[in-house]
Amino acid sequence: MLLQKFLTLAAAMIVVASGGIAVAEGPGDPAAVKSEDGKNFDKDGNPTYKIAADGTVDWYTYSGYRRYHSECHVCHGPDGEGSTYAPALKDSVKSMSYGDFLGVVASGRKNVTTSQENVMPAFGDNPNVACYMDDIYIYLRARANDAVGRVRPAKKEDKPAEYQKAEDACMGKR
Amino acid sequence: MHKVLATCLSVGVGLTGALAAGSAFANDELMKMSDNPKDWVMPAGNYANQRYSQLKQITADNVGKLQVAWTFSTGVLRGHEGGPLIIGNMMYVHTPVPNKVYALDLSKENQIVWKYEPKQDPNVIPVMCCDTVNRGVAYGDGKIFLHQADTTLVALDAKTGKVEWTVKNGDPGKGGTGTSAPLVVKDKVLIGISGGEFGVQCHVTAYDIKSGKQVWRAFSEGPDDQILVDPEKTTELGKPIGKDSSIKTWQGDQWKIGGGCTWGWMSYDPALNLVYYGSGNPSTWNPKQRPGDNKWSMTIFARNPDNGQARWVYQMTPHDEWDYDGVNEMILSDQQMGGAARKLLTHFDRNGLGYTLDRATGELLVAEKYDPKVNWTSGVDMNKSSPTYGRPKVLDAASTEKGGEDHNTKGICPAALGTKDEQPAAYSPDTKLFYVPTNHVCMDYEPFKVSYTAGQPYVGATLSMYPPPGESNMGNFIAWDNTTGKIVWSNKEQFSVWSGALATAGGVVFYGTLEGYLKAVDAKTGKELYKFKTPSGIIGNVTTYEQGGKQYIAILSGVGGWAGIGLAAGLTDPTAGLGAVGGYAALSNYTALGGTLTVFALPQ
Repeated sequence: MLLQKFLTLAAAMIVVASGGIAVAEGPGDPAAVKSEDGKNFDKDGNPTYKIAADGTVDWYTYSGYRRYHSECHVCHGPDGEGSTYAPALKDSVKSMSYGDFLGVVASGRKNVTTSQENVMPAFGDNPNVACYMDDIYIYLRARANDAVGRVRPAKKEDKPAEYQKAEDACMGKR
Repeated sequence: MHKVLATCLSVGVGLTGALAAGSAFANDELMKMSDNPKDWVMPAGNYANQRYSQLKQITADNVGKLQVAWTFSTGVLRGHEGGPLIIGNMMYVHTPVPNKVYALDLSKENQIVWKYEPKQDPNVIPVMCCDTVNRGVAYGDGKIFLHQADTTLVALDAKTGKVEWTVKNGDPGKGGTGTSAPLVVKDKVLIGISGGEFGVQCHVTAYDIKSGKQVWRAFSEGPDDQILVDPEKTTELGKPIGKDSSIKTWQGDQWKIGGGCTWGWMSYDPALNLVYYGSGNPSTWNPKQRPGDNKWSMTIFARNPDNGQARWVYQMTPHDEWDYDGVNEMILSDQQMGGAARKLLTHFDRNGLGYTLDRATGELLVAEKYDPKVNWTSGVDMNKSSPTYGRPKVLDAASTEKGGEDHNTKGICPAALGTKDEQPAAYSPDTKLFYVPTNHVCMDYEPFKVSYTAGQPYVGATLSMYPPPGESNMGNFIAWDNTTGKIVWSNKEQFSVWSGALATAGGVVFYGTLEGYLKAVDAKTGKELYKFKTPSGIIGNVTTYEQGGKQYIAILSGVGGWAGIGLAAGLTDPTAGLGAVGGYAALSNYTALGGTLTVFALPQ
């Protein structure tokens, strides 16, 4: 269900953003102004991170850290830092809207020229990524703003009950 | 599928019968050619995978005077693994995707005689787990064989580059890709497949050298008729493996997406008529999700190249919990051991253990750590009467299975990239030592549940990597005695050593570094004798040849591969805030992308 929601959202975003991905427009102020079931949003309603004074990260940031280092790091390098193979996503999300991010993750992208062939696959059908796109986005947004370092978050909020329900539905568990 | 396989098997048997009557095989030619040290006719130098050359114009005394003789840009930016072949006055240079092959005439100032560049669907690029590398071409029967990223095995006329035949070896739509170098044996071309991070049921396949027709295919896991074993005659550690040896070690149908990929270097013993290779990690990286020993992932295979039947197997890491692929090369040597002449097989596994086996029988002789920091095991049970004979004892502190899903197991050495990855070691019959490029990196590993989608990554673990506590170097280049299982000397390297070594009769050993240095060291002592910084980081293998009476040393530079992905930005510092020191240095501060062949010689 969640997957479906993501895909619809992502698809909608692609339509809106088609041709506009190259335009550098970042997500703006990351400050959380609203929280819903443990998920934080900025003033524009985009998902964002929340780090407490003692370093405790919200569940989404922590989950994003884990998912990034399973699904993304094999091309994009550790901690969103980039590699010899693929760009640093902690920088990419600075000049990319939330919608563009979802669109690229769901549909992939190709930069194939005579001198370079860079191809990102479409993850829309992969529940290991699609069910966690917001988590990964929130983690990368935190990395982009140096709100979390190149380190596993030491303290985290508990997994919200609503999150668990949505995760189970999305991953097809009963 | 089964029918096709059965048909192929009977064809295979038929062919073998027909050709056994003494017709000249490609490997007769190859063996003769590999005895000529002026050439370098197969990726590892010879069938024994020794990466040793009898050339000795360049010696420990004069190597310090080495100079760059010529260079060649491949025009490709991705990671350059492997090295060129040299046959007569021709050199064959391959590249990562787009998988170009250049034929250069060494007698005509390295002029390009022909170039091959296939058209491939770019969608194969993102299913190559760790860069779009290719480990090289093979030669036989007047043809050059290339395994393209999209798993097309292509035979090119060595003189003209004309395509003689092509065959598809796998399905990139399901994550199967081509990265490894083929091996030509008799009238066949053998090739493996990559895709362990995509749940591919991996295999080694033999194709007819003349036509490209499939002769046999041996999967790493599955029913006995798919893995080509005889339950009574195929042995592990001297005992028959029995019926259904693979499928009874997997839950349900998990073997169908079981990995066990076959992207390493293969070797061949013509006298025993056995080919040797290793299989990779079981898919997924989450051990909780795939109970059982997951046979025959992480296994050394000895197979009959005529029909693919396994003579013996040995599973090094049952039920992998760390991604310690068993694909690294098997180096064959005939040595004295325990007062007897033995036919040995030596293998430096990702899991950090250096194994010595009798390659005729598969008897385990030595299994010792070749990096003292290896801490996931207290060692292999060498007691032949023990019920756990041949198994490594896994320490609870490093067991991600014991830790379970969603638990971060810390401080495991080595990291998933292993104490050594695909970068092949060399063996010198002069010193009787093995020269091993190694990684010196540890990790935290947290497995969690993943679901399988065809053609999508199937990983299921979060990793972070760092140098062993208290160490500032991420690599070592070591000399190893395979009969005692001891390190003879060890040179520290700032970064993992991800380049294949070369040993020579001149008493010099060569290797490359990730910063881009081509280094020459004394084979006896490890003393550094020469270094030169090539245009990019080196993940290629050092090669030597003679042309016009002169010995040359050739190396492909072009940083990338898993080394480039993991190390470009520097390793994760688990104690961030204490200050990043040498061990966390970012490779991107030392080198940038770009493929170049650099060739060295002594001055006139």
